[in-house]
Amino acid sequence: MSVLIPNRYQGKLIVVEGIDGSGKSTQLSLLSQWLRSQGYAVAFSEWNSSPLVKQTTRRGKRKEMFTPTTFSLIHATDFADRLEGYIQPLLQAGAIVCADRYAYTAFARDVVRGVSSSWVRNLYRFAIKPNVAFYFRVPLDVALGRILGGRDALKYYEAGMDLDLSRNIEESFRIFQGRILKEYETMAEEMGFHVIDATRSIERQQREMRRILMQEIGDSLREGVLEAPRGTYYAKTYSARVL
Amino acid sequence: MRKRTPLEFYSTPLPGIDCSELQGKLIVIEGPDSIGRSTQVTRLREWLEQHGHAVLDTGMARSALAGKGIQEAKKGNTLGPITMTLYYTTDFADRLENEIVPALRAGFVVLTDRYIFSIMARAIARGEDRAWIERVIGFALVPHKVFYLRAGVKDLVSRVVLGRGHFDYWESGLDLRFGKDMYSSFVKYQARLIRVFDGLSKTYDLEMIDAARPAEEIFHDLQSSISRLFTAQRQLRKIGSGNGSRPALTPVKRRTYNKASSS
Repeated sequence: MSVLIPNRYQGKLIVVEGIDGSGKSTQLSLLSQWLRSQGYAVAFSEWNSSPLVKQTTRRGKRKEMFTPTTFSLIHATDFADRLEGYIQPLLQAGAIVCADRYAYTAFARDVVRGVSSSWVRNLYRFAIKPNVAFYFRVPLDVALGRILGGRDALKYYEAGMDLDLSRNIEESFRIFQGRILKEYETMAEEMGFHVIDATRSIERQQREMRRILMQEIGDSLREGVLEAPRGTYYAKTYSARVL
Repeated sequence: MRKRTPLEFYSTPLPGIDCSELQGKLIVIEGPDSIGRSTQVTRLREWLEQHGHAVLDTGMARSALAGKGIQEAKKGNTLGPITMTLYYTTDFADRLENEIVPALRAGFVVLTDRYIFSIMARAIARGEDRAWIERVIGFALVPHKVFYLRAGVKDLVSRVVLGRGHFDYWESGLDLRFGKDMYSSFVKYQARLIRVFDGLSKTYDLEMIDAARPAEEIFHDLQSSISRLFTAQRQLRKIGSGNGSRPALTPVKRRTYNKASSS
């Protein structure tokens, strides 16, 4: 039951999804810099970043006040604010909007937390369907290796500690991410994800993304999305490296 | 007549809650701004407590989690209709799970100043999809009773003028500019809300109370209806005044409403 609203605006919406440590943010940032270097007006939106909602989420997390339902709802509120105030008007204006995580993150996480899958899919029904959604497929151990090595402390909700999976935070994180991974795999087809093999080299993944992007929305990019004003090739230096 | 209806959810059950444990009563007062809901809640609370019931009262945007955030968001000029709906839903969910359900479990009478119907009505009046919000908020418990204090727009206008003395931005629907100025926006938006509420009343079996009357009369109506609720459940003798033939909750004046209590 995927019922997102088709994007009828001139702008294009590109989304990356995957578990923590799949490398999706790195790839999205490379992709957006490349698009900028081509002269397109590119905007960026990150999960959980609405200025109206951030304080509430922070308070809830600090005091560990969330239940699966309120956790799900506050993230949907955050998403709604970014959609209504940012993503939607920018798409209308013809920009390319790159979103690091989208409704699918909620579909995976909230369901693992015990929220009904059809309820959370309905919750996000107001969301605009991405033109291209990339899913970074990575084995659990690879992702965990990237995360657990580099970061000093895992956070309570990020590790799914609210689910009482284990007293050990790393173990809890491992189980939680494993379950989220399963949810992603289950919905990959239903949601029409373009699957990227995230065990490959960064350069190769990036080439693959660009190829898919051109194949999916290349024509409409040529026909006219919003372009940056002349003389603003600010991202040129970044783009050369990867290509 | 004396069915003891266990509480249930509208559509999607909240994870981890067993309805058969919920022994209390859930009573809702709905209605527009400045209609006098909080006055009634205060009086009902007093009355119920006098009759030996423990009462919890709660209301919109009072949650520990989201209450503050909503107040802050309403001060700005960027809060969109979907965001607002979901923010209030978050607030409601937090109070439902952390206040209302525990109180019901402990056998309290929960009196709530507004419930899901205000959230739904505001969303629908703003053009959002009714099926969407009904599904989203379907984790709510079906109350034992919902009172809808209803009055026409004219009455609301005079209440605002004589009460607060100015029209509120959100209560005038100025976020969507229903009219060309504040007053006409208020009138159009409130008229729309009333239509939506009337529709919801039918679907959700709200008890309509004519609120264009003195507070005293409204209070009597509420009392007698709530009395019947308790009578029907035959809890009267346990907590009543010791007289087995009298309902636990006797409206101060209009005792004629309690005919059903002779059992």
